[in-house]
Amino acid sequence: MDEMTKIEIITRESKLEDLKNALNEIGINGMTVSHVLGYGAQKGKKHKYRGVDYSVDLLPKVKVEMVVCTIPVDTVVDTAISVLRTGEIGDGKIFVSPVSRTIKVRTGEEDKQALL
Amino acid sequence: MIDTGSTAFIIICVTYVFLMTPGLAFFYGGLSQKKNVVNTMMMSFFIMGLASVLWILVGYSLSFSGDIGGFIGNLGWFGFSGVGTEPGPYSDVIPNSCFAIFQMMFAIITPALITGAVAGRMRFKAIFFFILFWLFVVYFPMAHMVWGGGFLAQLGSVDFAGGNVVHISSGVTGLVLAIMLGKRKAARKQTLIPHNIPYVVLGAALLWFGWFGFNGGSALAADGLAIHAIITTNTSAACAMLSWMLIDVIKDGKPTLVGACTGAVVGLVAITPGAGFVPVWASFIIGALVSPICYFAVSVLKNKFGYDDALDAFGCHGIGGIWGGIATGLFAQSSINPVAQWNGLFFGDYRLFLAQVISIVVTIALAIIGTFICAGIVKLITPLRVSEDDENVGLSDSEHGETAYSLFD
Repeated sequence: MDEMTKIEIITRESKLEDLKNALNEIGINGMTVSHVLGYGAQKGKKHKYRGVDYSVDLLPKVKVEMVVCTIPVDTVVDTAISVLRTGEIGDGKIFVSPVSRTIKVRTGEEDKQALL
Repeated sequence: MIDTGSTAFIIICVTYVFLMTPGLAFFYGGLSQKKNVVNTMMMSFFIMGLASVLWILVGYSLSFSGDIGGFIGNLGWFGFSGVGTEPGPYSDVIPNSCFAIFQMMFAIITPALITGAVAGRMRFKAIFFFILFWLFVVYFPMAHMVWGGGFLAQLGSVDFAGGNVVHISSGVTGLVLAIMLGKRKAARKQTLIPHNIPYVVLGAALLWFGWFGFNGGSALAADGLAIHAIITTNTSAACAMLSWMLIDVIKDGKPTLVGACTGAVVGLVAITPGAGFVPVWASFIIGALVSPICYFAVSVLKNKFGYDDALDAFGCHGIGGIWGGIATGLFAQSSINPVAQWNGLFFGDYRLFLAQVISIVVTIALAIIGTFICAGIVKLITPLRVSEDDENVGLSDSEHGETAYSLFD
């Protein structure tokens, strides 16, 4: 079984370096990182400029995406949680979903071969 | 007789004051939203073209040539004809043309200050024509009345570098325009935070730099009064920056960079009318008190009365200018500058103080009436405000077809 799984992690910008290092240690050798805006339970925060409150509801976060095949999904998820969990609201979310096909553009290799 | 040292100094001050307008474009640009920054900066920048052309053609003449009823000059110097390199009539030591071009820089930055109040919703075509008319209806008369021998000068009020002419006139105009335009749509949602604070710092730095030429050069000579003005200017800015930081810390525990920049600018505004009249110790008081006054205006008054002075042109320049004019009436000393006929109220004479209050009231009245007239004429040409769709998209695109920061290069 060469099931491929996509793992998306949305979390605090400040945790990106730690997360990247931890994922490298368990053998993740590729990822895509984007700056994103969003809110969940944290529901934004207040900024103050010239004495006036501005509520900023969309907060800047990072989204880290990777597709795994040989590395167990649980290993990735557990590693991410161990790095990211502070217990405060705003720690983020992890989404896990199946991937039906992967193609490596340079070589044309597919699926498991494409992910090595 | 021409003094080459003074002439050289004023020529350099010309370039200092010139740089304040692009500086203001950065100050306002940083405070504005990403989708509006092109428009916000353009509203300051285009005036370097418009006001320059008008000044050479008729502006200098209407402000400084002759006198009609104490209100405005005549067309004797139309197109700079007769504005030569001989000294006088406004200074014995620099060419008339040098004075004229120094004054031109004030005519550029003053209308640019207004644009902070209207950012994010005024049609570019409307602000273009508004400022074209406003220079004739408000600025040239103000410059004449205060500096060109008009009736506010005859009254005995003093304005060293433009508290009335520059700051109160532009700030009050901004307030009236902001009320006429109505609130920005997003102002109700409270999402209008500054999009680029480093731009705000760049702008504030260029303004502070330029202000040495603005106030120092207003001595119109490279002399002791010029350096006195430079010292009071810097001291006021420094105290105001510190007092704004202190207010931030007391209110919210953290000093903000936007607050430090705003404090510095209102400190510069407040010292402008008195820079060459008040003793150095008074500049500590003028600077330290302007920040709480302006902070109150932008955080309490604005909210209470519900006008959307977008980037606080009125809150900083109008209010700061009024405090500066009053403070000049409190602390001026004729021993520092004999242009002030009387000492300030602090030294026991009420006459200068009274003249200052009258000149402030006249300035406010002219700015209000002038703004209604100019906006009235503009409305015959174009609506003042952009459509709701354009406001949502942003004025960079809707007014100029440009995007400040492209997503892909």
